[in-house]
Amino acid sequence: MKRLGFYLPIAIFAGVVIYLAVGLTLDPHKLPSTLIDKPAPEFDLPPIEGFEQGLSSQDLKGEVSLINIWGSWCVSCIIEHPVLMEIKKNNIVPIYGIDWKDPPGEGAVWLKKEGNPYTLIGDDAAGRVAIDFGVTGAPETFIIDKEGRIRYKYIGPITPEVWNEIIFPVVEELRK
Amino acid sequence: MIAEIGHFALILGLVLALVQALVPWWGLRANNPLLVRLTERVAIAQFGFIFFSFLALTYLFVVSDFSVAVVVQNSHTTKPLMYKIAGVWGNHEGSMLLWVLILALFGAFLARRGSKMRAGLRIRALGIQGMIGFAFILFLVFTSNPFARIFPAPLDGLGLNPLLQDPGLVFHPPFLYLGYVGLSTAFSLAAAGLLEGKIDRIWARHIRPWVLSAWCFLTFGIGLGSWWAYHELGWGGWWFWDPVENASFMPWLFATALFHSLRVVEKREALKSWTVLLAILAFSFSLIGTFLVRSGILTSVHAFAVDPTRGVFLLVLLTLAIGGALALFGYRAPKLKPLGSFSPVSRESGIMINNLFIISACLTVFLGTFYPLFVDALTGNKISVGAPYFNITFLPIMIPALVLLGAVVRLPWKKGSLKQVLYELRFALISALVIGALVAWFFWADSVVAIGGVVLGAWIAGGTLTDLAKRIRLKGSPIKDVLSRAVRLPGAFLGMAIAHLGVAVIVLAITGVSFWRVETIGMMDIGDQLHAGNLTLKLDKAFLGSEENYDLLQGDFTIWDGTEVVAAVVVQKRFYPVRGTETTEAGIHSTFWGDYYVTMGPQAEDGKLAVHFFRNPLMPWMWFGAILLVIGGMVAMIGGHKPSSKAKESKAS
Repeated sequence: MKRLGFYLPIAIFAGVVIYLAVGLTLDPHKLPSTLIDKPAPEFDLPPIEGFEQGLSSQDLKGEVSLINIWGSWCVSCIIEHPVLMEIKKNNIVPIYGIDWKDPPGEGAVWLKKEGNPYTLIGDDAAGRVAIDFGVTGAPETFIIDKEGRIRYKYIGPITPEVWNEIIFPVVEELRK
Repeated sequence: MIAEIGHFALILGLVLALVQALVPWWGLRANNPLLVRLTERVAIAQFGFIFFSFLALTYLFVVSDFSVAVVVQNSHTTKPLMYKIAGVWGNHEGSMLLWVLILALFGAFLARRGSKMRAGLRIRALGIQGMIGFAFILFLVFTSNPFARIFPAPLDGLGLNPLLQDPGLVFHPPFLYLGYVGLSTAFSLAAAGLLEGKIDRIWARHIRPWVLSAWCFLTFGIGLGSWWAYHELGWGGWWFWDPVENASFMPWLFATALFHSLRVVEKREALKSWTVLLAILAFSFSLIGTFLVRSGILTSVHAFAVDPTRGVFLLVLLTLAIGGALALFGYRAPKLKPLGSFSPVSRESGIMINNLFIISACLTVFLGTFYPLFVDALTGNKISVGAPYFNITFLPIMIPALVLLGAVVRLPWKKGSLKQVLYELRFALISALVIGALVAWFFWADSVVAIGGVVLGAWIAGGTLTDLAKRIRLKGSPIKDVLSRAVRLPGAFLGMAIAHLGVAVIVLAITGVSFWRVETIGMMDIGDQLHAGNLTLKLDKAFLGSEENYDLLQGDFTIWDGTEVVAAVVVQKRFYPVRGTETTEAGIHSTFWGDYYVTMGPQAEDGKLAVHFFRNPLMPWMWFGAILLVIGGMVAMIGGHKPSSKAKESKAS
């Protein structure tokens, strides 16, 4: 009996491991956003240089869509860019871009070079709208439902896995 | 090219670590001294290759090679050189490289400096060190390659997180890692001792300097981190019970308990299995801390980028290392028989009880840190456990331990008398109470606890000084004898006394800053004044400016105490355009009795500044106390004690 006591530390440790393993399966990317299920904040952004139309919260209604926060300065945005282009090419879901804290003209130059995956783009040079959305960094992507409510928030670049396993299923679900 | 060479050196280090992990057991079996020598050489060569790899990465940062991914993400051409170098460990990959570098460094030291150590113990410890090294280099190479290229290479990088661009933080991680990873030697030596079946006085003597050195580094690293938070985060606080702070604090508590109980093994050959368990757990908590920061299991200021494969890899590593050691403990520890017995009133009991308090306190920290995760795992709710939890659980457990500390230093080994000790400490007790009464009389702070803190600090200092006075027989001997006795005090004792004085000073600092703090908040325009108690804060000037890699908003303030000017401080809000983030450089004026601390928020629409003004009494004592702890640890380590005749005998055998 006394001998068994010496195995107590490893028994407790086994419990800790199980619990860490469960903890690991939880996705910290799914930060609770206070905005989830709330209507997207009201905004009306001007177009970026060289574009005719800006982006306002009115544009979001009627169809499931994505809002993508990006900037020409954002290296991680290059990582997700091919995925966004693919979405645009196959016409899966409209992506609205918010060009965040970009110097005038830089956003347009970047889009010209890399390709434009966005249906409409708003220029948020001052970062005010990004604050209303609770953006913590770029890239960040919001899924908006038909009524213009925010239903999901993803932080970080959209890789093909993220698109297939997280974002696309949510979009499908919301279309029902 | 340099990146590829660095990568290659790292892989060679991996291979050598594997050799180091395997050869010792073969060497022991074949009883071949050549293989033993080989293991030593391999440990040193492994360090050499990893060091080369680290230099290669540093070079890439210094020359801003933006074809390497980590450089892009953590550096920028306009950054000062010091922060380009600091960028090496300001990210997951580079800091992991630093981690294995330090692991290899300790391994190399064990191989070179450990020659005085029992060969069977050292060689086994080197083998275990090799296993840990192999596992972590494997982790680095496969999931976190710091030399990965990016194509096409961008013209400039993203810059280092500006919060990290502070001298305090340049050195914080290396010291913290020296502490964290330094505990690996204690772990290896504990497992080696179990394998060898000899946990005795000599084992305790061998392991002690390794534990103490790691503890010193860890203390210094934690102190620097706290100092940084105080100066840079601009919240006026110095400890936030952030999960990652806790992750460094838990191994520290274990290491603290460990070198105290090592004393018992060394002196009395008792508490053996408890001590071995502490040695295993101290490093285990370092590993858990590493997991916490790097697995993405939680988000924090400290957390690195999230990547699930890393988390799984680390969890497997953790399970093998800790699980293996604990299984060995379960199998071998029952065979460890204590030689000495001791009475309930003795130094041994005192240390044991203090140990139990420290470990219980550590468990409350552990629960507080992991509970939110636990709740999330079970119910999906996200909660956070904040400072109030820790203050009501951790502190009440630590207080009895600290009260005991003042007395246990005077308790003799084996058997003592409480009455005798209290009699010896009567002056310490009376002066502590008198100091408490005086403070209560002149500076009543509406709290009995505050006065209790003062009494506690004075009591620890009094107990330590009494002990010192008795050792050098201050009373009734000629001053010459006293001085010569003082000079010849053993390092272990002197170190302990210095460190305990450090504890007393820290207790006083915490009490002062928690209970006598004065603060006020207000919106200020140029020329406005803000009042807190007798103090007046005036905003003299506010202007915008720009520096090499940031823009700034500066406020110049003057502080009056009554009608007398006591300080002029400068506060800056810095805006780093590359990352689009802000930091606050708090304006701090330190005096012996405390800090004046001013910080400000963003400018409002009408041009006014949100200003937060603190008077933090005794705050500088915190840093002074931490330095005393480190000096005490170093003195105890260096001036340890000469090996006794017994130790020599067993080495010969």
